[in-house]
Amino acid sequence: MLDLPAIRRQFPALNQQVNGNPLVYLDNAATTQKPHVVLDAMTHFYERDNANPHRGMHPLAERATEAFEHARATVTRFIHAPRQEEVIFTKNATESINIVARGLAAKWGKGDAIAISLLEHHSNLVPWLMLREEKGFEIRWIDTDPEGHLDLHSLDEILKDGAVRLIPVTALSNVLGNRPPLEAIIERAHGAGALVLVDAAQSIAHHEMNVTTLGCDFLAFSGHKLFGPTGIGILWGRGNLLNKLPPLLGGGMMMEDVCSDSFVAAEIPTRFEGGTPPVAEVVGLGAAIEWFSKYSWKDIEAHEARLLSLVMQELSGVSGLKMYGPQNITERSGSVIFTVDGVHAHDLAHLLGERGICLRAGNHCAKLLHERLGLLATTRLSVALYNTEEEIRTVAPAIRDICKKLRGS
Amino acid sequence: MDLYAENILDHARRPHGKTLLKNPTAERREINASCGDDLTVQLQVKNDIVTKVGWMGAGCAISQAAMSMLSDELVGKTIKEVEALKPKAVLELLNVNVGPRRLKCALLCLHAVKNARRAMEGMKPQSWAETMNGDQ
Repeated sequence: MLDLPAIRRQFPALNQQVNGNPLVYLDNAATTQKPHVVLDAMTHFYERDNANPHRGMHPLAERATEAFEHARATVTRFIHAPRQEEVIFTKNATESINIVARGLAAKWGKGDAIAISLLEHHSNLVPWLMLREEKGFEIRWIDTDPEGHLDLHSLDEILKDGAVRLIPVTALSNVLGNRPPLEAIIERAHGAGALVLVDAAQSIAHHEMNVTTLGCDFLAFSGHKLFGPTGIGILWGRGNLLNKLPPLLGGGMMMEDVCSDSFVAAEIPTRFEGGTPPVAEVVGLGAAIEWFSKYSWKDIEAHEARLLSLVMQELSGVSGLKMYGPQNITERSGSVIFTVDGVHAHDLAHLLGERGICLRAGNHCAKLLHERLGLLATTRLSVALYNTEEEIRTVAPAIRDICKKLRGS
Repeated sequence: MDLYAENILDHARRPHGKTLLKNPTAERREINASCGDDLTVQLQVKNDIVTKVGWMGAGCAISQAAMSMLSDELVGKTIKEVEALKPKAVLELLNVNVGPRRLKCALLCLHAVKNARRAMEGMKPQSWAETMNGDQ
C-alpha cells in the first residue's frame, strides 16, 4: 500500500493553495511534479560535481562523468534494456522520435510505408507527416474504434504486401487512456518485416516497460512525465539498428574521427549525444527513477486503478457530462477526457483552475483523434501516484457549481 | 475582476448577431486550434460602411461573448475604421481582466474580422502576431 501522505510531503509543489483552496493537480499527462530528492540531486550536482562529462581529467569531470553514466545505468535497468549503450539521452520524447524518424526515413522512398493510427500524439504523427513530404513514402492508417481499440484485422491488411517498414505506436493514449496491444502489434510487424517504435511518454510513469520481453525495436519517453526535470528524454533502440541511423546533431563528442574534409560518426550512445548534454537534467532523471523505483508497480497500478474508478463514478453523476475512451475500467489508465453539454472545455478548465483544480482543456495535441471522435475540445483529468481519492472527490461538485454559473440558473 | 462577469455570461448565453447573412460581402473562418474555438465572421459592406455583421461558430464563453459584443460595435463603422481596430478596443468592450491565457480567445473575433476585411480586398490573411500586436 502506498503511504500517500508520506509521498505527498516529498513534493514541494503539491503543498500550495490557489485562492484559498488546496492545489489539486490532475494534469499529470502534461507533466508531473517533482519530489525534493530530484531537486536536491540537481542542485547538488551544480554545487559540487559540475563539469562537462567525458571531457576532462580533473576530479569534478570524473564525478560528473560518473553521475552521468550512473544515471544511464539507472535508466537501462528501469526499462530492462539489454545494453547500457543503447540508452541515448535526448531532449524529450519528441526528439527521440524525430531521431528515429529522420534516421530510418533517410533510406525510404516511394514503395515504402509506415502503419500508424489516429491515437497518436502529434509528437508521433508530425515527424512522419513532415518526412512523407520529403521522402514520398506512404502513411497507412490503422482503423480504431471510438474507444481507441486498434483494429488488428485492419493492421493485418496493411501489412500484407510487405511494404511497411515501421509501426510507430503509443503504449498508452494520452487522450482515451487505452493501451494498444503492443505484443500483438510487434509480433505482426516483425512477421511482415517491419520495425516497431513505442512511444512510452504516457505509460512510463504508470506501467512497467520491459524492452527485452516486449520485443520492440525503439522506445521513447520524456523525463518530465516521470517526476524528473524537463529538458531530458530517452531514446532506447536495438544497438545494431541505432548504429545504422545517421546522427541528428553534428558536434563535439559524437565523432569517431574528424578531418578537415570528413568525419566518422561514433557508435552509440555518443553517436546521438553531440554537444554538451543536459547533465544536471540527466542526474535529475536518474534520481527520479531511483525514487520512483522504491514503490512497487503492483501498488502504483492498484492505487491508480482505484483513482480512475472513482473518477468515472464521480463524473458519471454530473448531468450532461460524457466521458470518452474504454467503457471497461480495466482497460483504462492515466487519463480520462470528457465533455459537458453546453459548457466549453476551456471555460470549465479556467474556472476549475481558479479553485485550484488543474485539468487540461483542448485537443491535448491529438487533433486528428478529436476530429475522428467529432469533438472540438475536451477536458482531461490525468492521475499520478501522488493523487488521492479526496482530491478526486473535489472535481464533480466543482464542475456542477461551474455549470450552474455558466448556464445561469 | 471576475473574468466570467455577468455581462460576459449574458453575451455568451444569448449572443448578439449569431446568424449567417444571405449575401455577405466578406467572410472568414478562424480557428483557435489549441483550445477549440471556431468562428466564421461575415460582413455586409455598402459604400465602405459595415451595414450588417453575421457570425457562426462554437467556442468558449469568452470567444463567443467577445464576438457578440464586437458584432454590435462594427455596424456603422467604415472599412478604414475596421482596419484600424486594435486589440485594446475589444478588451475594452469585454471590460474584464482577460489575462494572457485567454487573450487569444478574446481576440479570435478581431482576428476573424481583420481577415474577413483582407479577404474582401483580395489580400493575404494577417498572422496572429499581427493581430495581437495591433496596439503597437
